Amino acid sequence: MAKKTMNRHEMPIGSIIKDPGCSMQYETGGWRNLKPVHDNKKCTNCLLCWIYCPDGCIKVKDGKIAEFDLKYCKGCGICAEECPDKVKAIQMVEDKK
Amino acid sequence: MALSLKELSKKEETFVSGHRLCAGCGAGTTFRQILMAAEDPVVMSVATGCLYVATATYPYTAWKCNWIHSAFENSAATISGIEAAYQSLKRQGKVTKTIKFIAVGGDGGTFDIGLQALSGALERGHKFLYVCYNNEAYMNTGIQRSGATPMGASTTTTPAGSASYGKPVFRKDLTGIVAAHNIPYLAQTTPAHWRDLMTKVKKALAADGPSFLNILSPCHRGWRNEMKDSINLARIAADTCYWPLYEVENGEYKLNYIPKEKKPITEWLKPQGRFKHIFAKGGNSAETGSTHRSGPNQELINKLQANVDKEWEKLLKKCNQGDKKPDLETVGT
Amino acid sequence: MTGNNAVSEAMRQINPDVVAAYPITPQTEAVEEFAEFVANGLVKTQYVPVESEHSSMSACIGSSAAGARTMTATSSAGFALMWEMLPIAAGLRTPVIMYVANRSLSAPLNIHCGHDDTMGGRDSGWIQIYSENAQEMYDNLIQAVRIGEDMDIRLPVMVSMDGFITTHSVERVDLLDDEAVRKFVGEFKAINSLLDVDNPVTIGACALQDYYTEHKRQHSEAIINSKAKILEVAEEFAKMSGRKYGLFESYKLDDAEYALVIINSAAGVAKMVVNELRAKGVKVGLLKPRIFRPFPAEEIKNALKHLKAIAVMDRVDAFGAGGTPTFTEVRSAMYGLPKQPLMINYIYGIGGRDIRLEDINKVFQKLFDVAKAGKVDKVFDYLTVRE
Repeated sequence: MAKKTMNRHEMPIGSIIKDPGCSMQYETGGWRNLKPVHDNKKCTNCLLCWIYCPDGCIKVKDGKIAEFDLKYCKGCGICAEECPDKVKAIQMVEDKK
Repeated sequence: MALSLKELSKKEETFVSGHRLCAGCGAGTTFRQILMAAEDPVVMSVATGCLYVATATYPYTAWKCNWIHSAFENSAATISGIEAAYQSLKRQGKVTKTIKFIAVGGDGGTFDIGLQALSGALERGHKFLYVCYNNEAYMNTGIQRSGATPMGASTTTTPAGSASYGKPVFRKDLTGIVAAHNIPYLAQTTPAHWRDLMTKVKKALAADGPSFLNILSPCHRGWRNEMKDSINLARIAADTCYWPLYEVENGEYKLNYIPKEKKPITEWLKPQGRFKHIFAKGGNSAETGSTHRSGPNQELINKLQANVDKEWEKLLKKCNQGDKKPDLETVGT
Repeated sequence: MTGNNAVSEAMRQINPDVVAAYPITPQTEAVEEFAEFVANGLVKTQYVPVESEHSSMSACIGSSAAGARTMTATSSAGFALMWEMLPIAAGLRTPVIMYVANRSLSAPLNIHCGHDDTMGGRDSGWIQIYSENAQEMYDNLIQAVRIGEDMDIRLPVMVSMDGFITTHSVERVDLLDDEAVRKFVGEFKAINSLLDVDNPVTIGACALQDYYTEHKRQHSEAIINSKAKILEVAEEFAKMSGRKYGLFESYKLDDAEYALVIINSAAGVAKMVVNELRAKGVKVGLLKPRIFRPFPAEEIKNALKHLKAIAVMDRVDAFGAGGTPTFTEVRSAMYGLPKQPLMINYIYGIGGRDIRLEDINKVFQKLFDVAKAGKVDKVFDYLTVRE
């Protein structure tokens, strides 16, 4: 998961990171108290949850919600809140880890 | 063609998971949207602030584009140098690709300490987009007031107390200050209005010269609201006309959203803990700071409402909408 | 030509990709002249006329990180305003080249010479080179490009000369051919450029308890190791120009018994006094530091260890410190010798006050007295002050 700790000879000079997007190796799912539970049957795939998620946890495939990536989900509940009132396909439930 | 989420979802994201912004942070949503809207490769310069410390903590980075941080007050100056290098190397044939430049600062790094660098870069005409993600206080250092903090907000340097109702002065109109630089494109928006935001990013990056976006970015830690409500609060900011969505394109003002029903300012104030003293008994009046009240501070609420109304009327005049309805299609939900 | 003319000529020949600068007395002429070169298409440079020195250094950092050869110029208050960005330029390893016209700091305001600016920035992680006259300034600026941009160093370099005294005096300067300078400095080699969009990098991430120390150690090592490279570059420069430079200049030091250590233009006056005293058979000499960072402590110790008495003279105070910047460095370098020369410290010429032959003579007389007495009664003093 986390990166190996480098010594000074292994580090590029000037505090440069040459590994774009490597924060994916830092999993923030452990911060979560609540987790989203998604109901595929209710979902209309409007993708509002996807566009509003601050952590990019919701994966879309072929225009449809494919996965809630709990490795990164911090449990903020924005997805459930922004799911349209008529749909309400996401519930936030206690996450017993 | 209007933006569609289905189309956007096919794109690989440039700002990725694993960053350490708070759960429910508006900046996370804002920057995913901004980078999704960019068509060409971008180079970003980011000022010190939450977005910086939470997304580029050595040896991790949440960015897949070229990206630099150098200090707090100089994001616009740093991008000036990068853009100058681009112009020079492009002219010499050493760089051939089309690249877009985005400088970022929070409200502290833009309204306050970075205003001079921003003004200079806008005046010099560098081709870049400056994004102020405005959460209305110095959130990264623990919620101190900034020039963007609204009147009446309790912050750690303007705390509400027995002799204070929070910040005693109105915020400055940064968008107006930027407009006075007569740059080709500038706008206000929020991440709740995703289509509006992304359309504006596209226009800004296509502008022939400097462009600017002032984006109200919810911060539940500083605003003291429930984190799930963050995006909705940004929506309420537009519905109360506290944060109008408008743009200035080559000097022409245009309103992008007129609420069907302009909501009272209390709808914006009430869900936020930073304003809770306004609604509590026993606080102070707006004027004297010493009278104990038996109910909400109506005097201050009236003052805040009057200011919103005045600014909204001023904006309507500038936009001179007449019978024309704003282009609601550009607005998200 | 003036010192400032020499700087703008060197800049024209170096032909940087980007210059971001703000005018300040007494550097102004140099950036004005360079702006003329840009206006007349004599250089390929993109010139960024910034709104402050803080922004000039910020823009230089951005430009250098974007893979462009980048230069700037400043003085005094401007140097102070960009101070925050100096360690950042060095920490991000952006090889920006900066000309500094040494000028005193306020208050009271004074536009004339003092080494307050660069000496105040001596620990900002930059390589520092000092120049006695316009010729040295010109030569040093050209060498600075090769030093800072070296792949093993990658550090910003500041090169300075005395405000007004050197910046505005007309001297003879031998210029090199444009082509020779172009060849000598070579092409800028970018590493991890922000404009290389196929290989994105994050520059300037925050490094906390777990990584900050390693970054600083890397930086420290680079500046210590730069000493050898500075000498290599000097040697190559000598082959091209016939003018030879070291880490410092030793003037009649080998058999000297008494010597001054003095930086920049005043060394010229001091050399005249050395000559006069030598003519009388007194064994005096002079050491003029050229590279102040990295400080060549070992080499200076070896050059001075045989002396009876040394006066280290600085054009700046270090209020309340154990002596002025050059004094504390030199005295520290001399520590541990079995037989240490006696050392005294003078502040002279601040705010542009003239330093005359008789003033330097007075310092030598003091050295003779100290050596005779075998002890120092007063380590630190101001020269030419009305008491």
